[in-house]
Amino acid sequence: MATVDIDLPHVKDHDHDPHHHGPAKGIGRWLFTTNHKDIGSMYLIFSLCMFLIGGLMALIIRAELFQPGLQLVEPEFFNQMTTMHGLIMVFGAVMPAFVGLANWMIPMMIGAPDMALPRMNNWSFWILPFAFLILLSSLFMEGGAPNFGWTFYAPLSTTYGPPSTTYFIFGVHIMGISSIMGAINIIATILNLRAPGMTLMKMPLFVWTWLITAFLLIAVMPVLAGVVTMMLMDIHFGTSFFNAAGGGDPVLFQHVFWFFGHPEVYIMILPAFGIVSEIIPTFARKRLFGYPSMVYAVASIALLSFIVWAHHMFTVGMPLVGEVFFMFATMLIAVPTGVKVFNWVATMFRGSMTFETPMLFALAFVVLFTIGGFSGLMLAIAPVDFQYHDTYFVVAHFHYVLVPGAVFGIMAGVYYWLPKWTGHVLNESLGKFHFWMSFVGVNITFFPMHFVGLAGMPRRIPDYALQFADFNSIASVGAFIFGLSQLIFVYNIIHNARVGEKATAQVWDGAHGLEWTVPSPAPYHTFSTPPKVD
Amino acid sequence: MRDAKQANTRVVVRLGVTAVLMFGFGFALVPLYEVFCDITGLNGKNFGRGDVAALEVDRSRTVKVQFVSTNPETMPWEFKPVERSMRIFPGETHQTAYFAANPTSHWMVAQAVPSVTPAEAAQYLTKINCFCFDRQPLDAGASQEMPMVFVVSPELPAHISTITVSYALYDITASEPVALQDKTKTGSQLL
Repeated sequence: MATVDIDLPHVKDHDHDPHHHGPAKGIGRWLFTTNHKDIGSMYLIFSLCMFLIGGLMALIIRAELFQPGLQLVEPEFFNQMTTMHGLIMVFGAVMPAFVGLANWMIPMMIGAPDMALPRMNNWSFWILPFAFLILLSSLFMEGGAPNFGWTFYAPLSTTYGPPSTTYFIFGVHIMGISSIMGAINIIATILNLRAPGMTLMKMPLFVWTWLITAFLLIAVMPVLAGVVTMMLMDIHFGTSFFNAAGGGDPVLFQHVFWFFGHPEVYIMILPAFGIVSEIIPTFARKRLFGYPSMVYAVASIALLSFIVWAHHMFTVGMPLVGEVFFMFATMLIAVPTGVKVFNWVATMFRGSMTFETPMLFALAFVVLFTIGGFSGLMLAIAPVDFQYHDTYFVVAHFHYVLVPGAVFGIMAGVYYWLPKWTGHVLNESLGKFHFWMSFVGVNITFFPMHFVGLAGMPRRIPDYALQFADFNSIASVGAFIFGLSQLIFVYNIIHNARVGEKATAQVWDGAHGLEWTVPSPAPYHTFSTPPKVD
Repeated sequence: MRDAKQANTRVVVRLGVTAVLMFGFGFALVPLYEVFCDITGLNGKNFGRGDVAALEVDRSRTVKVQFVSTNPETMPWEFKPVERSMRIFPGETHQTAYFAANPTSHWMVAQAVPSVTPAEAAQYLTKINCFCFDRQPLDAGASQEMPMVFVVSPELPAHISTITVSYALYDITASEPVALQDKTKTGSQLL
């Protein structure tokens, strides 16, 4: 913690005055910072860059799919685009954005002066750009970037993968280490640095959801590291984990991967649940309905996530008992998720609602995430999954839970806390412009995918049968609307950082919580003396 | 401050150890998966090897056993069953064979990997002798018939009337120098 000032002359003056210690100057501030706000900002900016790069890849995919036939890119390059888009959005955009929000907000929400392990915090951020530099550099290598889909099923990725697969594995290792360090830091902060009186059941839900997410990360990121290590050994050291000729089993890969992969899905959504649970009470001007049940629901979703992985692989030839077990276990998740949706709606019921930008994103989250949840329930039904498997219906499903789910959750959080970061009141017209363009764009993009998927259009293919042409061109138009409207998002953030009316400490008149008691913009050091929580 | 530091160290150590253990757990899933499949007979894995045992022959019904072969794209050999299917009484020992030919201009070694469908039948099908127990070398242009002897247990559930035995043939020439040193092991590892 305060060990940073050992080399200062006034060692005795240990509890330094927050008002006299500003940030360091120049690039060194960012390279060597241990300040949770600086690191949070870097995480968020990094994830925004990755979001734009991954989005550009999505637009290449959608441009190729605008018409049947091959127009713009080679099929090999198309495969690289689908793979890199998935990897970058999952590991580069969504996960670091949540870590960034956690860095910025968790210490301020629980009344802590900083993260528990500030130096590790610096390190866990700064290895991340290198992981993605390695991953992105594979695009320029001989043989191209990884082209086996973000799920990198063996033996496609081991026996038949491009030479750059090794770089991909190394990149995954680094980002995994970064996530694990980030998770350890968040748990240590939440467990050890809460202000006096802030009991666990008084913590804001964003903190709760992140605590549970961090435990999920620690449980499954090492398994991901393990599975890529096995791939590395199969490729270079002659082992046969996934090679049938040597006595291995390709299906084993899918089991190990999805043992990581399914909790990973919740890693990407639970913090968004937390953000929405902060925003809806603020703009409904009511307390969150059913706080304890929200906490238990998140915990049960997290626990259930460990016993449902094989619903991603119903078609591998599992025995009937397995299909039935994973089908019902998966459907069980709808119960705690339903509790959460019910509580959000009940919070709004008879509230004095206003519809500022963060609230619009949160409301869109509730509605569209629920649509994604329902298509998930459809996919959970093992007998019909045989038809839906690997079609655009799956693409529609997980984009509904990830784009208007996780991404809208992040955007809601950014708009909600932006005035606290910059000290400027949000320009509502610009914010609403971004919201409506995104909302319309996202639905035009992903809703038609349900239809082509049910009609049998396979995913990850650069060409398709003529009967899917209309819906695909609609989806492509929507993708460009959605993609370009993110430039408004970038503009809004820069605009808000530069100009705007001075924001009050509370910012939103229904906002409650410790982060709204410090001035806006939040000073470089907050809560050097812990606040008292009743 | 000291207390807070100790508390942080404790959290870091505990979670760090958990992360390392979970990394190990990822690898532990490999044998666990094998054991699980072995016990339950799932995944067609328990395609057992055994000795001739005096089994009582069940003449009240017959079972159709089909033989199929698969060559991965990288395997140039001709590889097919001599008999595509046979009708047998459960408990009776039978012999059949697969035909393999190496059309290339160089010496190659292959390894066959078996699988049984439906998976439920796997534990009732025992191989007494099989070409998949050993690596199969073939000179350039040579061909051979590779025998297999098997028995289907009379305890086979009544609702299973057809069993499909599939072999995939893999080119393992590249790994041969290493594998030669431990010839007896490779075959049994596969089962």
